[in-house]
Amino acid sequence: MSNFFKETDIDTSQAEAIVTETLKNCDDGELYLENHKSESIVLDDNKIKSSTYNSDQGYGFRAVTGEVVAYSHSNDISKESLRKSSDNLKDTLKSKKGTYNHEIPKTNSKYYENINPIESKTFDSKIDLLKSVNNYLRSKGSIVNQVTANFLGEHKSIEIIRSDNQILKDDRPLVRFNVSVVLEKDGKKETGVYGVGGRQSYDDYLKDGSWKDVCDEAFRIANVNLESKPAPAGEMKVVLGPGWPAILIHEAIGHGLEGDFNRKKTSAFHNLMGQQVASEGVTIVDDGTLHQRRGSLTIDDEGTPTENTVLIENGILKNYMQDRLNARLMGTKSTGSGRRESYKHVVLPRMRNTMMLSGKYSQDEMISSVDKGIFAVSFGGGQVDITSGKFVFNCTEAYEINNGKIGSPIKGATLIGDGPSILKEVSLVGNDMKLDPGIGTCGKAGQGVPVGVAQPSILINKMTVGGTKL
Amino acid sequence: MIRDQEFLKDIASYCIENAKKLGATDVGVKVIHSVSENVSFRNKKLDESNRADSFAVNLTTYIEKKKSSINSSDLSKSNLEKLIQRCIDATKITPSDENNSLPDKDLMSKEIRDLNLYDETHYPNDKKIEFLKKVEETASTDEKIVNTEAGFTENKNNFILANSNGFLGGYKTSNFSSSCVAVSRINGAMERDYEFGSTRFLKDMMGPEEIGKIAADKAIKKLGPKKIKSERIGVIFDKRISKGILSTLASAISASAIARGTSFLKDQINSEVFPNSINIIDDPKIEKGLGSQNFDSEGVETNSLKLVENGILKNYLIDTYYGKKLNLKSNGRSGGTTNLYFENGTLSFKDLLNSEKKFLYITETIGHGGNIITGDYSVGASGFMVEDGELTYPVSEITIAGNFKEMFKNITLANDLEMKYSTNAPTLLINQMTVAGK
Repeated sequence: MSNFFKETDIDTSQAEAIVTETLKNCDDGELYLENHKSESIVLDDNKIKSSTYNSDQGYGFRAVTGEVVAYSHSNDISKESLRKSSDNLKDTLKSKKGTYNHEIPKTNSKYYENINPIESKTFDSKIDLLKSVNNYLRSKGSIVNQVTANFLGEHKSIEIIRSDNQILKDDRPLVRFNVSVVLEKDGKKETGVYGVGGRQSYDDYLKDGSWKDVCDEAFRIANVNLESKPAPAGEMKVVLGPGWPAILIHEAIGHGLEGDFNRKKTSAFHNLMGQQVASEGVTIVDDGTLHQRRGSLTIDDEGTPTENTVLIENGILKNYMQDRLNARLMGTKSTGSGRRESYKHVVLPRMRNTMMLSGKYSQDEMISSVDKGIFAVSFGGGQVDITSGKFVFNCTEAYEINNGKIGSPIKGATLIGDGPSILKEVSLVGNDMKLDPGIGTCGKAGQGVPVGVAQPSILINKMTVGGTKL
Repeated sequence: MIRDQEFLKDIASYCIENAKKLGATDVGVKVIHSVSENVSFRNKKLDESNRADSFAVNLTTYIEKKKSSINSSDLSKSNLEKLIQRCIDATKITPSDENNSLPDKDLMSKEIRDLNLYDETHYPNDKKIEFLKKVEETASTDEKIVNTEAGFTENKNNFILANSNGFLGGYKTSNFSSSCVAVSRINGAMERDYEFGSTRFLKDMMGPEEIGKIAADKAIKKLGPKKIKSERIGVIFDKRISKGILSTLASAISASAIARGTSFLKDQINSEVFPNSINIIDDPKIEKGLGSQNFDSEGVETNSLKLVENGILKNYLIDTYYGKKLNLKSNGRSGGTTNLYFENGTLSFKDLLNSEKKFLYITETIGHGGNIITGDYSVGASGFMVEDGELTYPVSEITIAGNFKEMFKNITLANDLEMKYSTNAPTLLINQMTVAGK
């Protein structure tokens, strides 16, 4: 736990007084303090390419009245700096008058331990493991052209001081371990990438040689891609595998159900509340309460405890994801979805772990029902245009389906679809829901936050596959 | 107020001296201060104001050929002392790499030229608000526009880069940027588009009315798009996205991708990569340029480079580390390209549109579908059909795909280059790509 005012010219009660005075005519706001330590160690091209330690600390002071947000942040935690920020906020909101909402739910739940993963594994043992990864993969033969592996660990302490001395705190560990391998055969090169992570220590993911599973998976994907043929182009049936392919849900549906876009009426979903937006049998939730998951939070970055929010139930749109600002303006409650990348960023409603729940069909049933289509097992990234609803994602492992049978692997292609209509094209929902391995980062308005996704296998009747083969 | 050079120099020297005292054989350090003020509007009302005041120290210590780094935002000497110790401790136990070193002394920048990168004008928030009101008023004139957002950001930066070989340099830079996003609607379906301006000097900023009008016009033109049939067709890239082709080239010819063997352009130096009419230049010394710099992120002098001459790849982008791996000297491209651009083509925009009966004209791509290792490319796209030289109807929910190696060889440039960003390209045609639609 960080003591933010140690070694400064200001103490907690003086900071509280400034917060209360600044926010007295505002609807909401807080002083958000953050101490962030992170470490990155990269092995590349047979060498330890870099080892970097980052130490960042600062505050973000926010005042909100009506629809207006005034924000000021600095890494100088001092009386003068806070005073300057306070003046800046008051000046922006000088013509506004609000009433402070003191209500904020409390929680005793905790979804991760307060550990510092950077310190809980020695630097030496991290270097040794990276070398082992390199040796292990290179021992698989001369087709291994390049190996990159890295540790990314962080520990973030936050403290939220609201008006009238309400203080909320959280300590958040986060780790990620990634392996990427490039294989070369007959002049052709392909990549395979795999990683694991979450809000635990490294050894929870890597013990008992399980790091070898990460290497094997990256190697397997690259090997599959070496045999890949050009992907087809045009509309066809698509079967998505379970787990990480749920970034389709994240892009196609998730962003469009964030409160801000719906309050502003810029989301393609803004007038669809209570309506059928997906096939019957499709239920989607956004859950911040899963233990140790990458997207989980005990409290969000406004201090609201997270929850399991039902977004779509049996095809019907039930809820948007809300932070305090958008909830107030839309006459509802925060769902604990107010997040920010760091003290340098304003709060926005964001996803946590977005999941489509299991249905009753097996993956085999789906594949055998397809005459001509593709089976997509893993994806790179995705992106969405909230307003038009069009979204894309890139396959990193996919196969042709011909007459109900899985055929050759195909080259990475982009798939494109329309968010509001895609879930109506889901004809079968599988019984094999799986969480992703803990590697997702979502970008919105220039802010990256860790997220998770999950889904069972699904069959989509019609999607456009962006290959080169007509 | 932005801190002066003396303040930053003091911290840089403190870091170097301390690291040396604790056993570093070489040290590199960068100290940065930046102040940024942003105001944003939505539907003609103030939406957000944001003031940022940020410090950063990036320190790298070497013990012979061992290397490690720390970054911090806390400039207090007590904090820096702890972090320098931590950095030295990590350096001692990091394995050696024979290519780790500071840049060669004779490559370092010797003098700092005033490239006109700093405008001390402060544009108060009240003025920004007036500007944004005008942007949005113009953007929302047409009733088909149902939502507008506009923002104005002013940035001031100062930095010092120093190393234990005696290099010390830095200067102030400024940036003003303004943007407008407009959402249009017809029959319940919406589209959005934008306009964006970024300049070193306030007085060079495009007018608010121009920004608002362009955003609104573009958003309205996109309404009612159709999905087209899959086919092979010539694809014209609008200037807003044609520069992406240069960013791909830059990634593929970075010394790191070449040395690691992970570029589709490996072994292509001195080979014909583009048609012989094409020249590509990276010039760091353009006055007021958004990508201009006196030296690169290691302090190495940067000069103008012809990356591609008459279609032939002439230079990689080289830093010290990967330069050593390739047995080449750094050409001051640690940190990447500066002001990168295609030299103008010969066809006017109109003649390019008329050079075939039918084209697909792309104004926006989405997704990250470029693979630097294989050169494979597949992204989501939207734009317009062009028939007999005229934009006939908007198109969306399609993809365009190909391979960069082939795409590069089939480029035709128009002659409408503008220096609006740090990477700039004229409108360009790629003859025959696969479009996937219905």
